[in-house]
Amino acid sequence: MLELIIRRTLNVIPICLVVFTIVFCLMRIAPGDPATAMLGDYASAEAVQSLRQEMGLDRPLWSQYLDSLRGLLHGDLGRSLSSGAPVSDQIASALPETLALAASSLAIGLLLGVPLGIVTAVRRGRPVDHAGRLFSLSGLSIPSFVLGILLMLLFAIDVPIFPAIGGGRSGDLSDQLLHLALPSLTLGLIMMAYVTRVMRTSMLNVLQEDYIRTARSKGIGELRVVLRHALPNCLVPLVSLCAINVIVLISSSVMVEIIFSRPGLGRLLISAMRQRDYVSLQSVLVVYAGIVILVNMTADLLYGVVNPRIRSR
Amino acid sequence: MSGRRSGGARLLASPSALIGLAGIAAIVLLAALAPLLPLSDPLAQQPYGTLAGPSLASWLGTDNQGRDVLSRVIFGAQTSLLISLVSIGLAMVLGTLLGVVAGYYRGYAEVAIMRVADSLMAFPSLILGVAIMAILGSGTEKVILCLTIVMTPRFVRIAYGSAMAVRVKEYIEAAQAVSAPFHRILAVHIVPNIFSEILVVAILWIGTAIQVEASLSFIGIGVSPPTPTWGNMIKSGLDYLPIAPWMALAPSAAIFLTIVFFNLVGDSIRDVVDPRHYG
Repeated sequence: MLELIIRRTLNVIPICLVVFTIVFCLMRIAPGDPATAMLGDYASAEAVQSLRQEMGLDRPLWSQYLDSLRGLLHGDLGRSLSSGAPVSDQIASALPETLALAASSLAIGLLLGVPLGIVTAVRRGRPVDHAGRLFSLSGLSIPSFVLGILLMLLFAIDVPIFPAIGGGRSGDLSDQLLHLALPSLTLGLIMMAYVTRVMRTSMLNVLQEDYIRTARSKGIGELRVVLRHALPNCLVPLVSLCAINVIVLISSSVMVEIIFSRPGLGRLLISAMRQRDYVSLQSVLVVYAGIVILVNMTADLLYGVVNPRIRSR
Repeated sequence: MSGRRSGGARLLASPSALIGLAGIAAIVLLAALAPLLPLSDPLAQQPYGTLAGPSLASWLGTDNQGRDVLSRVIFGAQTSLLISLVSIGLAMVLGTLLGVVAGYYRGYAEVAIMRVADSLMAFPSLILGVAIMAILGSGTEKVILCLTIVMTPRFVRIAYGSAMAVRVKEYIEAAQAVSAPFHRILAVHIVPNIFSEILVVAILWIGTAIQVEASLSFIGIGVSPPTPTWGNMIKSGLDYLPIAPWMALAPSAAIFLTIVFFNLVGDSIRDVVDPRHYG
């Protein structure tokens, strides 16, 4: 297992490097000069020039690149061009909000989606199957911001059970959870649609296997056949689905954070973009890509756990 | 039994494919014929008719500037469909070509193309889209370019995998043995063999493209107002959600139904191409 972890880690290093290089290049070809952006359009040429010097923007690109990379490896992401605060502090306060949203949505998706997927597979062709398929088609087709607006309209405006916007008072856990409810339900329902569909497909495949027929012929109860014999064999596709969809979740969280005004990474991304704060933007992009790479790596390792045959490869 | 029928016949025998095709046809027709339909001007403001609820005069109500929501939804379909279809088409051609080159030639081409494609895919599509739009600035053709860049690596991956599988087949070796040039091998032997797979994902990803386009417009960095798009309509509707919910709900329903129709068709084609999938 340790060897696998080391091998996978070595595999992602070149990807991380290329990702960083792409982000660095993107930020350098972006229009507008960071020093001008920071001082405003009416600043004198001398002031801009001296700030450029201070920020190291007058040095050759490769030297800026190496400095940036060195800073990243040391956790120093520079200072925000708009607020002047260290970018690492901004990210440290926004990242937990986004991760809490992603984790709670994933939990809702799995807790509701796995049982629904099993039921629709076992009751194939019955009304519950049709309802389940209609649900997953709808969930796969609805953009997160559309579902978010619907839920906000229903449960924050028409029937005001949950707060519509904000992240909750800091330090007040119950208030924060209350504010997390609608955003995580939005992404959780979409996740549930994906989980239901994959669970149904793989359960239908597994239920046709010989070992299931053998188990049934031994007179084992249907519930036990499904839960003990079929379910563990459905887990490999579920793990890869979760990996893909955590990435979809992270992507959709941007929209959900905007709609519900949650102080997460997505809001940081959009405000950095609007204010042409390229230092923050560069770091947020690297963090997002880092999350995706980490999720993919975890999924690779989880494959080994749920399917021992993959581990030996 | 059904295996003896052609793919097209099996597709047309599936009710969900028919619903999807009919829905897409209706939306495309509405969008294309929008200027000929008896709709009010989507940009015409009526200072005395703002935020009016659905009525016989304006079926889906009016927005905060008194513009007809139905007319804006239909004209918005033009923008959304144009952007998504053109960018998916471009990404499909470009991605297939790059993927096949990487899978067929291997070596440096493979390393260069696949490393960049994999790295671009490390960004969630919307986030990459936001970063690219930050550089390009807003506008219809820029959104198309942005979506093409976002979607191309996905096609590269698929085409690369397929090309790797096909390149060791005997008919490719035979073509190589008679020194057929690459463009001929590509056009005659590789592309026809991987085309169906690529077409299925293209249709399924139209939904993703529509979503990303709508999200960019919603954020305010896609197509600039006053040109109606579903995304910017929802954005302006969000501010009036408590008093005029139709402003956000009408374009939301349009996006949702369009993606449902494309998913129905995509799923049905996948079932025909790959019968192992249970719908």
